[in-house]
Amino acid sequence: MSDIAIRADGISKRFGKTIALEKIDLEIPRGIVFGLLGPNGSGKSTTVRILATLLQPDEGSASVDGIDVVRHPAQVRERIGLAGQYAAVDEYLTGRENLVMFGRLSGMPKGDARARAGELLDEFDLAEAADRISKTYSGGMRRRLDLASSLMARPPILFLDEPTTGLDPRGRLSLWTIIQRLVTDGTTVLLTTQYLEEADRLAQRIAVIDQGRVIADGSPAELKARVGDESVEVAVVRPADLPAATRILAAAASDEPIVDVERGRVIAGVSDGAAALARVSAAIAEAGIATEDLGLRRPTLDEVFLSLTGHVAERSDGEEAE
Amino acid sequence: MTSPTRALKDSGVVIWRQLIQLPRIPEVLIFALIQPVMFVLLFRYVFGGAIQTPGESYVNYLMPGIFAQTVAFGAVASGIGLAEDLRRGIIDRFRSLPMARSAVLVGRTVSDLVRNAAVVAVMMGVGLLVGFRPSGSVGAMIVAFGLLFLTSFAFSWIGVVIALSMKTVEAVQSAGFIWLFPLTFASSAFVPTDSMPSWLQGFAVNQPFTVVVNAVRALFLAQPVGNLVWLSLIWMVGISAVMIPLATRQYRRRTG
Repeated sequence: MSDIAIRADGISKRFGKTIALEKIDLEIPRGIVFGLLGPNGSGKSTTVRILATLLQPDEGSASVDGIDVVRHPAQVRERIGLAGQYAAVDEYLTGRENLVMFGRLSGMPKGDARARAGELLDEFDLAEAADRISKTYSGGMRRRLDLASSLMARPPILFLDEPTTGLDPRGRLSLWTIIQRLVTDGTTVLLTTQYLEEADRLAQRIAVIDQGRVIADGSPAELKARVGDESVEVAVVRPADLPAATRILAAAASDEPIVDVERGRVIAGVSDGAAALARVSAAIAEAGIATEDLGLRRPTLDEVFLSLTGHVAERSDGEEAE
Repeated sequence: MTSPTRALKDSGVVIWRQLIQLPRIPEVLIFALIQPVMFVLLFRYVFGGAIQTPGESYVNYLMPGIFAQTVAFGAVASGIGLAEDLRRGIIDRFRSLPMARSAVLVGRTVSDLVRNAAVVAVMMGVGLLVGFRPSGSVGAMIVAFGLLFLTSFAFSWIGVVIALSMKTVEAVQSAGFIWLFPLTFASSAFVPTDSMPSWLQGFAVNQPFTVVVNAVRALFLAQPVGNLVWLSLIWMVGISAVMIPLATRQYRRRTG
């Protein structure tokens, strides 16, 4: 068995005149969460739809678990789970009925499907609502049910297409916990997201996609490193201390400090992160400067995205199917 | 290809899904009933007195037409149901599963047949209340119901083809209805076709809906049936034989 779970070789897709994907290459090892990060309309969903056999690429080839998605789609479907941005559960069935239906349609015998449904309902904190029709569920519960539906047949490979778009922070957090647990069980997850924080939090490897092309890939740390070093930031309590703090930072840091007088903050890039922080911290204490905040700042993926694409990642919070 | 037993089992699951929804969306069933009941009341009490049906009371003439119209209009519900499933993304989930491809459409049309059968049963009761008195034998009436169900099945596939050719649920709704009005009214369902102008008669007498209505009416009212049953069978099997492959191809293209 190959240790590559998902592979794409130069897949392209056009819709009419619009180029949705242009020669996408991906190589996703087993057992990790791979984040496909990009703004709306960048080609994330098209990529997932091709890999999940819902769409055929115009060019290139792709395989899941070593099986070609165009030539043997039925075999690919035996191995994948798909949970989507548009929570595709039947709203007039109960949570339990949904799970049993999807399990049966995955080829599970009735008894197995019932047992597995019960297991997942407990695990996803849906046991109490199990026998209510899912129309009455909150957005977060519906997403959990959607995710549980995709896990009925225990697929080794899971596609999560913007699993938390439109969820409130609490719903997002509970879904993150579930996804993290999945990977410790050995599932390979391809996660698409437009939330940089989400990719940073969940994924071991990230590909940044924009206008149908992969423009960068690597670990979150590698991507952040591409934007620049860490920096030390000091926020002083008394504005009068700001010049002194700036002098200390200038001495400790590798870059010229940037002063934000209004907010009483000064920040400077450092090449030796933690050691620089320790030096600054000692000097600040010695000078008797009261600080509101003193810390090491790493660049966020937002900044990564900005520096890679030249534009800010578009957020579309609250955008939902319904 | 999935095996035939798998296709049967998967279709069974989809049929189950659609049937347990029915009592949970009572408004769908209620509206499916209100329309034919309105037609019965309108034609029985408003227009009926002005329509001449030699040899039969108008209500006896009308009810078989109402049954046929009821199952034909079921095509709209099939189309809308499928369009809703497409829009909600549940079809995508089905397609990501290793299930038989045919099960989604077969499950839809067969479960709609069951729903139509329930509606026709209620309409039968309504008919009896307003004076419908069928005189056909039990055997003849069983054949009549069989023909109605086959018509329901064939027309559902037309609704499915329409749903798969339209982009929005709203379009499916309008397009689903417009062809049904000329088909069901320029027929023998509500008035004898010989009262129509000759240019229209040519269509009205020979079109499939009239053939089914005439067959069902003859069976319910113990009139000579002639070759009407066979002709209806040929029409409905023929429509299915065209629509099923067409729908299957469109389903594959629409979702592929």
